[in-house]
Amino acid sequence: MGSISVLLVAKVIPYLEQELNKRYNLLRIWDYPQKSQLLTQHSASIRAVVGNASAGADAEFIDALPKLEIVSSYSVGVDMIDLNKCKEKGIRVTNTPDVLTDDVADLAIGLILALLRRICESDRYVRNGNWKSGDYKLTTKFSGKTVGIIGLGRIGTAIAKRAEGFNCPISYFSRTQKQESKYKYYPSVVELASNSDILVVACPLTEETHHIINREVINALGPKGYLINIGRGKHVDEPELVSALLEGRLGGAGLDVFENEPHVPEELFGLENVVLLPHVGSGTVETRTAMADLVLGNLEAHFLGKPLLTPLV
Amino acid sequence: MQCDDTGYIIFISFPVKTLTLTTQPNKGLSMANEKNNNNNNNNNVEQSTKSNNLPKVFIHGPPQFSIVLQPNPSQNFHILNPSSLPSLHEFISLNPHQASSISAILCTTLYPVNADVIRLLPSLRLICASSAGTNHIDLSECRRRGIKVTSAGNLFSEEVADMAVALLIDVSRKISTADRFLRRQVQNQFATWDFPLGSKLTGKKIGIVGMGRIGLEVAKRLEAFNCMISYNSRNKKPLLSYPFYSSVLELATNTNVLILCCDLNDQTKYIVNKEVILALGKGGIIVNVGRGALIDEKELLKCLIEGEIGGAGLDVFENEPNVPKEFFSLDNVVLSPHAAILTSDTFMSICQLVEQNLEAFFSNKPLITPVI
Repeated sequence: MGSISVLLVAKVIPYLEQELNKRYNLLRIWDYPQKSQLLTQHSASIRAVVGNASAGADAEFIDALPKLEIVSSYSVGVDMIDLNKCKEKGIRVTNTPDVLTDDVADLAIGLILALLRRICESDRYVRNGNWKSGDYKLTTKFSGKTVGIIGLGRIGTAIAKRAEGFNCPISYFSRTQKQESKYKYYPSVVELASNSDILVVACPLTEETHHIINREVINALGPKGYLINIGRGKHVDEPELVSALLEGRLGGAGLDVFENEPHVPEELFGLENVVLLPHVGSGTVETRTAMADLVLGNLEAHFLGKPLLTPLV
Repeated sequence: MQCDDTGYIIFISFPVKTLTLTTQPNKGLSMANEKNNNNNNNNNVEQSTKSNNLPKVFIHGPPQFSIVLQPNPSQNFHILNPSSLPSLHEFISLNPHQASSISAILCTTLYPVNADVIRLLPSLRLICASSAGTNHIDLSECRRRGIKVTSAGNLFSEEVADMAVALLIDVSRKISTADRFLRRQVQNQFATWDFPLGSKLTGKKIGIVGMGRIGLEVAKRLEAFNCMISYNSRNKKPLLSYPFYSSVLELATNTNVLILCCDLNDQTKYIVNKEVILALGKGGIIVNVGRGALIDEKELLKCLIEGEIGGAGLDVFENEPNVPKEFFSLDNVVLSPHAAILTSDTFMSICQLVEQNLEAFFSNKPLITPVI
């Protein structure tokens, strides 16, 4: 097994990197300042690629790796992998569903609370010594507010369940209405936004959902509405979001993801009605370890000719 | 603004969102004094007979307090100091004969109503507190005098529970720390997000100290996160299925998170001490939405610095608004300026509730939220 070349295209927790190194001939993309060097030296031997939410394998890269058999993503979202190309060439693709559902849902609720109750701003207020001059201003209650969820998959459902604990009425938009769901369905995102206090993006990123949050949706959400994005940065037309926040057309935003990570629009840094996080949706020791085990388990199964644990393709 | 016949200034409107609740020097006092002296000398005949006969209510709090709590004019009672000026002691020294006319006071936690204050008011029959807690009111003295006390009851329970969960998620997932980290980032093409991992909240064992209305609301919310709830309370609640522990120490030993939702009294002061903190363990988290003195603050700070405990989310402190500055450099705490009820929604509700209690009392109907 030591002779199998596996290419790591993204930073992962030390545990995963160490295990991959133990089991395979591990190549790390950041060791090669030029991609062309990597390809010249190793393209003929790489049989597996391990990526994450920010880095995967596009069509060009897949074509450059003739021996590629499997792409195992250290994430649940696979928008950075050209799935059609993989299908075409018989390359397997795996991701890490379920193990991170709870963490992402917990974070979505945490973002809503931090935003509406100004937790981060209040913490800054205390640390700067401002409490001595007077109380922080009145904030907005979360319990009972209407929550609209885009995408009622595993993560969307987990968010809904938690929000129900706060007596929030839940509505949703998804590609197709879920007949068995007790939540209110809206046939368009604009209608969902018009009827929600808080709009949460929880769907996969595809061609259809690219910039699903656009100017029209933002305006429908309005100056008393809040946007929470725990999906992908490209779900949101970011310049439109920034101008809406600066102009007061949107009440506030809680963002775990950005269009061009690790870049964050600097205009957001001066706003007190945003909460900004460095893509930490699945960022706990417990979950990243469980995700790592899925990556390792999938690779092991593949190279032993056994059924994959969490295949997408 | 307009002046009424008694010379006190009545506010028509005030933006509630810019409310501050700290005490400030009574800026309008000297002006009110002048008018008051003039009126006393004139024996104001324009004062209506009707308001003279109505029971008198006094707003016992800082000037901004009345802005929040201004009950609507009523057929059943008369507010002596609609602008909350002057203070009670000033008022009584200027109008000694009026002290015995005061039947009810509205009060805030900022101005304790101890036995001395109560003794200034021989006709006092009702105290309406704007808070859920009443440990700033001498209830034994009230009982002795037959004075009724109302509180905010369960009005704020949801907001406080929301704050408790907000602090817990923030500490577990380092939300405030991460937001701070991002805003300080130097943006360049090589910037990477090397941010430490947090700890998973779903499924954690939560120990709730104090299973009143707030504790129940916290439990309900965290059950939706598949957390396992257990509790300690003065008495076991027979209708609750959550495991009960008879001491906070046992509770801490058997959980990963402690959430303090109980009253502060002689039995609960420093109920979270060094032993309890260490029992919770190195990954443990404490959230306090009760009162600062429930925790031995110096000991907590020490344990946080030394890594004996995972983290803390604190909305209350021993000596507000003073917070030991050693907290400010810690990344494993989230600090909140006693804001659990400071939402625009609560202020509208408490105003209504105080009005309802006053109306009920002075029309001899049952109080809405009596404490005693």
